[in-house]
Amino acid sequence: MGEIIVSMSGISKSFPGVKALDHVSFELREGEVMALLGENGAGKSTLMKILSGVYTRDEGTMKIFGKEYGDLTPKQAQQAGVAIIHQELNMCRHLSVTENMFLGREIRGRFSLNNTAMEEEASRILSDLRIDIDPRETVGNLPVSKQQMVEIAKALSTNARILIMDEPTSSLTAKEIEDLFRIIRKLKAEGCGIVYISHRLEELASIVDRVTIMRDGQFILQSDFADITMDQIITNMVGREIKEKYPKVSCPKGKTIFEVKHLNAGRMVRDISFSVSEGEIVGFAGLMGAGRTETTRAIFGVDPKESGEIFVDGKEIRISCPEDAIRNGVVLAPEDRKKDGLCTKLSIRHNLALPNLDLLCNRLGIVNSQKEEELCEKAVSNLRIKTPGLSIDAGNLSGGNQQKVVVGKWLARNSRVVIFDEPTRGIDVGAKVEIYHLMNELKQKGIAVVFVSSEMSEVMGIADRIIVMCDGRITGELMAAGATQEQILTMATAFESKKISA
Amino acid sequence: MNSKKQNPLKRVLSVRGMGAALTAFVGWIVIYIAFGIINPAVFSAQNNLNLLRSMSKYLLIGIAQSYVLITGNIDLSIGTMVGMSAMISATLMTHGVNPLIAMLVAMAACLLVGIVNGYLVGKFRLPPFIATLGTMFVTRGIAYMVNGNRNTDAISTGIGKEAADRFQNFFYYGKTLGVYNTFWISIVVFVIFFFLLSKTRSGSHIYAIGSNIDAAKLSGVNVVLTTTKAYLASSVCSCLVGFILCAQAGMGNMEAGNTYEMYGVAAGVIGGVSPLGGTGLLLGTLAGAGVWQTLENGLNMIGAQVGIQRIVIGVIVVGAVLLDTVVRSGQTKK
Repeated sequence: MGEIIVSMSGISKSFPGVKALDHVSFELREGEVMALLGENGAGKSTLMKILSGVYTRDEGTMKIFGKEYGDLTPKQAQQAGVAIIHQELNMCRHLSVTENMFLGREIRGRFSLNNTAMEEEASRILSDLRIDIDPRETVGNLPVSKQQMVEIAKALSTNARILIMDEPTSSLTAKEIEDLFRIIRKLKAEGCGIVYISHRLEELASIVDRVTIMRDGQFILQSDFADITMDQIITNMVGREIKEKYPKVSCPKGKTIFEVKHLNAGRMVRDISFSVSEGEIVGFAGLMGAGRTETTRAIFGVDPKESGEIFVDGKEIRISCPEDAIRNGVVLAPEDRKKDGLCTKLSIRHNLALPNLDLLCNRLGIVNSQKEEELCEKAVSNLRIKTPGLSIDAGNLSGGNQQKVVVGKWLARNSRVVIFDEPTRGIDVGAKVEIYHLMNELKQKGIAVVFVSSEMSEVMGIADRIIVMCDGRITGELMAAGATQEQILTMATAFESKKISA
Repeated sequence: MNSKKQNPLKRVLSVRGMGAALTAFVGWIVIYIAFGIINPAVFSAQNNLNLLRSMSKYLLIGIAQSYVLITGNIDLSIGTMVGMSAMISATLMTHGVNPLIAMLVAMAACLLVGIVNGYLVGKFRLPPFIATLGTMFVTRGIAYMVNGNRNTDAISTGIGKEAADRFQNFFYYGKTLGVYNTFWISIVVFVIFFFLLSKTRSGSHIYAIGSNIDAAKLSGVNVVLTTTKAYLASSVCSCLVGFILCAQAGMGNMEAGNTYEMYGVAAGVIGGVSPLGGTGLLLGTLAGAGVWQTLENGLNMIGAQVGIQRIVIGVIVVGAVLLDTVVRSGQTKK
């Protein structure tokens, strides 16, 4: 086992009104992957931001490669060899791979930038990592997975020895995750220390050496991964036992509520037909980019449709913008909460009330603030949104709580169809289970629930019926009971050249 | 959460943008007192009346620009709408048209500009800077053409001295309860627009599209309609300022309202309205207009040159935003 390269002890940090970290300890050894686990809001990101100099600690000591640092600045952290790869990628989309890698430390020639030297260096690092990317490519044109690889390459080009990866796999496909793991293993062999933050507990086994668990800003335990069971990990993270990872309720299937016929909208939505009945959750499975998100957006009227019919309770409805959909009882909790789900700079109250203002105001358009308050408090208590108050900006909440606000926006209405697009991405086990419970509740109330997810086990665990998409078409449908991952995967990779038997 | 209900003051203070607005109010009072100490004439009744009247124009312009800024856009056509409104109403009055009808025609023209702005920005997604730059030139052109490329004669030549006096008194020279009417007009407008922005569905939508247009759209907000409403609010206020300038001069000036759109930005920004959208209170705009006019008035009273006045205002605008930014980043870093 390698030497200890990072040791933090007694670290505390308070934000106005919140104690984010309370005497937390953390250590990282050379050549290991340390998983940092905890629910949303447990303080993982805060701790890592202190290590990378983004925040300064209130108290505690911090040593990197044996040298003690007081108020670390981001620059010092970089010089000490710490690099952080953020959950939301920080790239200049319009610049090339090389320009991004050398941003702020460009190699200068006599009069101008030495592009040749930078490109050579960039391709050397990329090929070292066996990443197949043209260093001249514009970053915005690369898929998210490749952008992430560029981030890693960028970190290595600054000679980083301590890499912090915050939810690196949350938007990658299985194949891309394999590539990422290959790179992580290589870095590990070269003696880098890697801090790995992820909510996808299933993937830990293939990569992690040790785990540190945090909860509510406190250090809970540190252990070798081999010495701890998954159940123990979850129990320690959540602070209580989670009985079922995928709670399932069954209720009698009733009449058809929601029906989509021959929907076409661009290349990613081709001839989509499906229906959802009372008392069932229909899951949409598939690989990234299979056209599921595009389908939900077309249904909801965000993107224009070319053709197709939509029925709610047997009546045909026309949806040409989200307003139409909402008026007809079809609502969507979108995939990307920062971009599409929340006004992060507005208060939680404002966010929760926004789609419901028609219910909250009188005929003159004047909002009844008492009704608004009631609606918001109900949403906060029903969904157990953890917040000091309704006036807090939505952007200040942790990921899981933000997601709850996105979902909570739609629950005050008597909707007939609720579409959830990746509702559990990047949120912790506890919050996930709460979202599942919520979907089950809706199902029991007789509301049609459509559930899009890239996590196969989740779709199989929660949905009653699974529709699989590939390349903009529906390639199969099966009942969740008795379905196997292999079946779904076969359908999800049924590209057009192959025959489809569904 | 219960404690919150019991404490309405705390709830008011927690409103986004309230801190900046209150800071501007404090600044306003400090500036006022400071100038008064240097030259006690600042405190005289007549000066206070003048101050309130000159502030009113900037308050209206500030409201106009704040509405648009909060949606995350900008309206460069404010100043030219002021000019167009002054020219259209004055020209018609010099031809003997009833002032009320003249005003309605001017208002219709301004509303049309607002609709064009709203559609160009909301529907066709043009960058607001470009879209309203275009309408800015067009409206100034119209202001020129209305009376054949020259300023109008005195409005009394058409509608007669009595009617002209009434018009001028209503908008500028007359007093009600001892204060100039201009002030009362701006306060009534302020209260109406304050209410619309803070208490109605449309107001809520205006903040939402300024904060995150995609999320707002997915929440069922009609982006085109909301953007247009904001630009229409701007049109209404600009048009009123046109009437005020027309009443003040007793005639129409083709260059009336020149660069007022930037004064509007300044009043809003001093009061904490974010030019990036989503944040800002009209209360702040009120204080911003107050800070500005008190400064201008005070500098005048102590005999500072116009050049100095401009420099001071420039420094205050940047300083106000800088202060806000520093305070906020201080909070997050700590």
